[in-house]
Amino acid sequence: MQMADAIAHEETADPFADAGPAKMSARNVSIFYGDKQAIDDVSLDIHTQYVTAFIGPSGCGKSTFLRSLNRMNDTIASARVKGEILLDGEDIYRSRLDVVQLRARVGMVFQKPNPFPKSIYENIAYGPRIHGLASGKAELDQIVEKSLQRAGLWDEVKDRLGDSGTALSGGQQQRLCIARAIAVDPEVILMDEPCSALDPIATARIEELIDDLRGRYAIVIVTHSMQQAARVSQRTAFFHLGKMVEYDKTSEIFTNPREVRTKDYITGRYG
Amino acid sequence: MSDNASPFAADARLQHNRRIAAHLARRYAAERRFKAVAVLSVVVSITVLAFLLVSMTWQGTGGFTRAELEVSFNPAQAGVTVDPAMFANGNGIKILKDAGLEEKLHAHVEQGYGPQVARQLAGSAWRGMAAELIADPALLVRTQSYSLPVTETLAAAMRGEGSPQLRNIADRLKATGVLGDRFDWGFLARSDATDSQEAGIWGALKGSLLTMLVTLALAFPVGVLSAVYLEEYAPKNRWTDVIEVSINNLAAVPSIIFGLLGLAVFLTIFPNYRSAPVIGGMTLALMTMPVIVISGRNAIKSVPPSIRNGALAIGASRIQVVFHHVLPLALPGILTGTIIGMARALGETAPLLMIGMRAFVATPPDGFTSPATVLPVQIFLWSDEISRGFVERTSAAIIVLLIFLLMMNGVAIYLRNRFERRW
Repeated sequence: MQMADAIAHEETADPFADAGPAKMSARNVSIFYGDKQAIDDVSLDIHTQYVTAFIGPSGCGKSTFLRSLNRMNDTIASARVKGEILLDGEDIYRSRLDVVQLRARVGMVFQKPNPFPKSIYENIAYGPRIHGLASGKAELDQIVEKSLQRAGLWDEVKDRLGDSGTALSGGQQQRLCIARAIAVDPEVILMDEPCSALDPIATARIEELIDDLRGRYAIVIVTHSMQQAARVSQRTAFFHLGKMVEYDKTSEIFTNPREVRTKDYITGRYG
Repeated sequence: MSDNASPFAADARLQHNRRIAAHLARRYAAERRFKAVAVLSVVVSITVLAFLLVSMTWQGTGGFTRAELEVSFNPAQAGVTVDPAMFANGNGIKILKDAGLEEKLHAHVEQGYGPQVARQLAGSAWRGMAAELIADPALLVRTQSYSLPVTETLAAAMRGEGSPQLRNIADRLKATGVLGDRFDWGFLARSDATDSQEAGIWGALKGSLLTMLVTLALAFPVGVLSAVYLEEYAPKNRWTDVIEVSINNLAAVPSIIFGLLGLAVFLTIFPNYRSAPVIGGMTLALMTMPVIVISGRNAIKSVPPSIRNGALAIGASRIQVVFHHVLPLALPGILTGTIIGMARALGETAPLLMIGMRAFVATPPDGFTSPATVLPVQIFLWSDEISRGFVERTSAAIIVLLIFLLMMNGVAIYLRNRFERRW
């Protein structure tokens, strides 16, 4: 935490030069839905141990860009991606990296909590089971417990693992979905407005959780709330009309934006 | 609006509110009229249903009984001598026939009630007795009272129809309690016969069950997999549009057309299986499959996309998404559609007439390839008969069919409630 703050306040030409090699890199990425262009020539790097926030007005393409990072756009027949997106230097769209394997390495949490209508235990155990990560019941139990503990949900549900995941409260459901994502031990976690359906208390718990998790993963979060971006992220990318306007340390974006459009957005002139 | 509220005040506001109030009265009146019409239509449909059920039960109960004659009989005294040990071979009926059970029984009845009554003993009367004797060989040397079926002529005479002479005899026998209507369990165990008193429903029931099994085995997997493919895999292009329209049209094709198709295609390929449940099942499967596809697609469509996304995002493959998440959630809807399609097929007559399942089949089918008939066709055939006995049998068969349909619909409702999930 302290180290990250120190990095965040340093002034360099490349703001992320000392963050080590990028976990994921987008290079000149453009995304189309049929004839409509949703993302225009975006390049950015994402690093492990940092939370990267995407902010911008509705319809600016930030969610579309997020979904392209683990190829969830593949489910939309008309979606097309140009440019390259690298995971550890490998292009996820053109290499032999299988999409199923990609999603095991790049997990995702959605806007609306979407637990499976199965037991809490089954929700967590499903991922490790389909990927063959546990060799027995005992090991699977351990993964379930560890994932729920990391998601800060273990103490609340340890006595009712057999209950349906849909019976939990909204905030608990979202933490269950985060636990489900980390149960397969990914390298990157994508979060698409994870708190927009939650009340302020549940939101605060998720934000704490994101901060706890960032030590192990590269986290990318799309958010509508600029306060949230300021609270949880170390880097912020501002998207507007399909273009990435500015990408910098969060402190820089919010205190000293280079672009007028960024400044107008964060000061509430539009959005 | 609040800025210039003062000019709109007082009488203008009052008039405004009056207009709303006047309109409100008309709206409530419309609501009351609509409610009255709705209640009326519910009452009408319940009345029609009640009338149908009451009249059916009224007429049908007679079909579950038959006229039987009480006869005390001792086979050994009458001269039927058989070694019970020989029944072990399994051809006891033939042994008893060779021993002259039929003739001796008729002679005994003739002695007791006269030749006219003996002539009205049903042709199969001795067979029922033979079955009892085989089940309990001790009866071979004991006097026992048997309930023997009589012909429909005597049964009609008992109800005041037919020749006056026979009516007199029937009245006399009825007065002494020897002749009367008895509940006939055998109706559910026998097959079609030329005499209504000996006819039963089991042959048609078994034919229906075998046909339904074939239909289910063909239509369910094909229908469900088609629905899965069309919803989850198929690209949206002109070809899938054509397929979709064709399936919807197929569900609306009159059933007799499927019968013609079965006749022209299946019976040309398998000419030896005329009247067989396997051909009937194949024909009905064609008819049921589109219903399953349509209901299956709707059920799959109603599974929220967030469940699919959740599974995809942790690295489930497409087939895992379908089989682990989508199908289990869609299953109640698919099963409900399937059972409703099957219930429709169970009540179907026309296509089966075309492929020869209207034959007179006096023995229950012993497999998928032996000649059979089905419940609705049996009802159709019996309703053509003129004798009063068959009118009652027809109603009884309709009751059996309706009970079956109600059971299937009950199962559909149970499955829907049992597996329905909310999210």
